[in-house]
Amino acid sequence: MLEERAIGAEPLIRVENLAKHFPVTRGVLIGRTTGHVKAVDGVSFTIGRQETLGLVGESGCGKTTTSRLLLRLEQPTAGRVLLDGRDIHALRGADLVRYHTRVQAVFQDPWSSLNPRLRVRETIAEALVVNRRVTRAGKLERVEEVLHQVGLPLSAAARYPHEFSGGQRQRIALASALAAKPELIVLDEPVSALDVSIRAQIMNLLKDLQARQQLSFLLVAHNLATVRYIAQRTAVMYLGRIVEHADTETLYRSPLHPYTKALFAAALPADPDAPRDDMILSGEVPSPIDPPSGCHFHPRCPFAMEQCARVAPELKAVASGHVVSCHLY
Amino acid sequence: MDSAAGVVLEVRDLRAYLYTRWGVVRAVDGVSFVLREGETLGLVGESGCGKTMTGLSLVRLLPEPAGRIVDGQVLLEGEDLLAKSESEMRAVRGRRVSMILQDPQTSLNPVFTIGDQILEALGQHHVDGERSLAARAQEALRRVKVGAPEQRMRAYPHQMSGGMKQRVVGAIAVAGEPRVLIADEPTTALDVTIQLQYLALLKEIQARTRLAMLFITHDFGIVARMCDRVAVMYAGRIVETGPTRALFRAPRHPYTEALMASVPRLEGHVARLPSIEGQPPPLHDLPPGCRFADRCAYVADRCRREYPPTMPVGPAHEAACWRNEPSAPSR
Repeated sequence: MLEERAIGAEPLIRVENLAKHFPVTRGVLIGRTTGHVKAVDGVSFTIGRQETLGLVGESGCGKTTTSRLLLRLEQPTAGRVLLDGRDIHALRGADLVRYHTRVQAVFQDPWSSLNPRLRVRETIAEALVVNRRVTRAGKLERVEEVLHQVGLPLSAAARYPHEFSGGQRQRIALASALAAKPELIVLDEPVSALDVSIRAQIMNLLKDLQARQQLSFLLVAHNLATVRYIAQRTAVMYLGRIVEHADTETLYRSPLHPYTKALFAAALPADPDAPRDDMILSGEVPSPIDPPSGCHFHPRCPFAMEQCARVAPELKAVASGHVVSCHLY
Repeated sequence: MDSAAGVVLEVRDLRAYLYTRWGVVRAVDGVSFVLREGETLGLVGESGCGKTMTGLSLVRLLPEPAGRIVDGQVLLEGEDLLAKSESEMRAVRGRRVSMILQDPQTSLNPVFTIGDQILEALGQHHVDGERSLAARAQEALRRVKVGAPEQRMRAYPHQMSGGMKQRVVGAIAVAGEPRVLIADEPTTALDVTIQLQYLALLKEIQARTRLAMLFITHDFGIVARMCDRVAVMYAGRIVETGPTRALFRAPRHPYTEALMASVPRLEGHVARLPSIEGQPPPLHDLPPGCRFADRCAYVADRCRREYPPTMPVGPAHEAACWRNEPSAPSR
């Protein structure tokens, strides 16, 4: 496992062997469980303070389910998510309210994540009403504060979401996430619905906010360049498991797992002269209902060996802070 | 410039407007380009810049009743498609010009089998015996590398993955052996490893058939990989056209330059990305001058008054920016 930098310092978030299996049922009235979608299947990682962990992978790899488990939107089948050493799924009462002020989320689509019938200040203040005892004046003050932090004019407070462009809406979503002064924000594809010229604005804003407010981010994204720009560490997921995890720089410079390599080869650099080490994978991502035996990647892997179909590789440290799950290493 | 050699499609000063209750949206506002046999032209821009409307105008499938082509010519091998009747157009679509849309989910009809849908497309284009049609449909599936085509013919769209469905859409698009293929963000809905497979497939089909391809995208990675030439669109107009390498190495319109700089790189870490502040102007209320002026780092008084003409800036490379004016055109 990746060790946190300072020994003894507990990371903000520690995820231990987290699993989420969704039952697949057959039959209309009396459902019979015929199998399980192993959306997340034994995932472990940590997120330190003021750190961004990028979670990358293709659709169905379990990255969004992992983020939903951190947000308590799903109950884990196994494993734990520890916030400052305490299991978030066991929190009750005041502790749970406190959890909700500490962990917030920003989702992909700013068109569907904002309530169209609430003014911006109501959307932002809602986060405060739920989570904190604040006076009316204190609420307005906080709304103005967060609007300023995300670079929106104060006049935005009285307007409705439809009056804003996509980039501005994502700023509003971020403002309402910031209102409760969280420590961790889960960012699920925060820029992929935005236009190219707007993406850089939002990514820069995220970096600035992190530096100014000591925020931690879990960044779920499929765009590798976005992750490289924002995340200090990156974990690659495939069919519910982390296959490789390292410092972002290390991972991008020397990816080891064949799937990571293929994923990087498939990401097209914006440069007509970039070397083309095409590694076109055959086939598609298999169904997570009945994933391949052994290493989940073996049917598509160009380096598959006999044992890959039988034995699931463990995550092994190949260098300090660089772990990979592959029999080649 | 090497004259008209191999030109399959020529678009001249195309204007397509949307008549809405907010006013006239000038989605395509004077667009011109040529497309040659066997080449791929990338049409790049952000949402709302008019790139999709341009593509739809070429096959005359603008959203009714708001959309209307108000001016210009679309010359397919010399024939103006805008002068054709609707029934004449039906003979053009699919057989001479095909289109692949972004979302395979919406391109295929969920209540018909894959086979029915390919057969329908083939039936539109050729009058053949039914048995040979079925054989040709299977052949079309084989060409887009769909495994076990005999069985796939009986499958419904929901039984296939997104990548497989987009292959079927591709099979339908090229079944009529068109001269021009318009691909509007065909891989946006696909995963990256599947995207690469699909792009390779399109290239392969193009190499075999000498298709001229108009590739509409916002992704510079795809442009770098797929396109021979690029046209950059902003607020209804093409602001720069040039060979892909020249455009990446030395963009000559400030919008192209700023847009490319704001894309995060896969290779090499950047501490801070330059970003383009502000928004494009609304297409129903365009300024008289350059449409990028408000966001441009080099803006001058003249830019706000007069729209710059398209000027040559290099071999087969042109841009619409006043900054290119002093360097007198060298022909």
